[in-house]
Amino acid sequence: MARIIAGVGSSHVPAIGAALDNGKTEEPYWKRVFSGFEKSKQWMANTKPDVAIVVYNDHASAFSVEMIPTFALGCAAEFPPADEGWGPRPVPTLKGHPALAAHIAQSVILDEFDLTIVNKMEVDHGLTVPMNLLFGTPKEWPCQVIPLAVNVVMYPPPTGHRCYMLGKAIRKAVESYPEDLKVVIFGTGGLSHQISGPRAGLINSKWDKSFLDNSPRTPRSSRASRTSTTCARPAPRASKW
Amino acid sequence: MARAQHDYDDIPGTFVFDAERSRQGYGINMFCMSLMKDENRKAFKANEAEYLKRFNLTPAQTDAILKRDYNRMLELGGNIYFTAKLGATDGHSFQHLAALMTGSSQQEYAAMMLAGGRSVEGNRTRSGKSKPGNSKSKSKSSAKRK
Repeated sequence: MARIIAGVGSSHVPAIGAALDNGKTEEPYWKRVFSGFEKSKQWMANTKPDVAIVVYNDHASAFSVEMIPTFALGCAAEFPPADEGWGPRPVPTLKGHPALAAHIAQSVILDEFDLTIVNKMEVDHGLTVPMNLLFGTPKEWPCQVIPLAVNVVMYPPPTGHRCYMLGKAIRKAVESYPEDLKVVIFGTGGLSHQISGPRAGLINSKWDKSFLDNSPRTPRSSRASRTSTTCARPAPRASKW
Repeated sequence: MARAQHDYDDIPGTFVFDAERSRQGYGINMFCMSLMKDENRKAFKANEAEYLKRFNLTPAQTDAILKRDYNRMLELGGNIYFTAKLGATDGHSFQHLAALMTGSSQQEYAAMMLAGGRSVEGNRTRSGKSKPGNSKSKSKSSAKRK
């Protein structure tokens, strides 16, 4: 039986990828970030998961405004890194796990989550940066990957409640897969950060910390958030927990 | 037709990319999307105004793109994940774009971020009507917030 052995929460700031690609990880500005991930990276190297399900958000790389799926599950055999305007990142193509992905799709759709199934997609820094942070910069990735892209491009993203319930459905799907697989699940994104407009740079660290503290302890407390009622504060976005 | 008002329009310094802006900014965003291909980046840089004619843009949208007025692009339906591709085509880091949008120098913006970012205090609402805790969320964390 497949089982989820760990959950990983990580930033995917594109500049982290640029620091890696340009050999800046030892510079004082960056060193703290990368050394902060060392322990987790070591754990990952020792544990050797078979599959990583990476819940992330696409930044207009796989999906333009032509199609905006709320939840898109990558069922392809491989996922090449996308050209985001600078040329593709120099990271290996990610190998998918089409059989487990198809099983998850079938299971969660029967559990009433109407996913979009994607059989051809490129993945951007939203997925490749967390992979680097946890697996380093190998010539080949040490595990297979199932991307799950969550819409945060157009308002509204799915509610926290919906994401919480989907997470439960994914767990059920993984645990009903007959092959003996070690699966890790990633959730990646920022927390309260704002990246556009005159208010860019906004960070509510008090709220972020309380969200991080509460999510694992009392996940139900974090799931009620709805963006439509949170104009006074940053809303937890779907891909971030 | 004037833009319908929403509760989230009360957020200062923010253009929420909703269905209406998505419809309005389709041309801007598809133009930016085209910049994911190197041949298109070169064609755009060779003759910007000519290249923009390939897309369904209003004169105001074309003007905002040519002037690299990033806030105006957002206001006219651009989405930051898309407009960032224009910045990348110009060879700018995202920090450069963020500084532009906030009207600060890149050094000032970097210093603000290193010091913990822009405070939410005083930046929550235009009208003063929205207060933290007004949310319908029943989470403990939101109830505790001041």
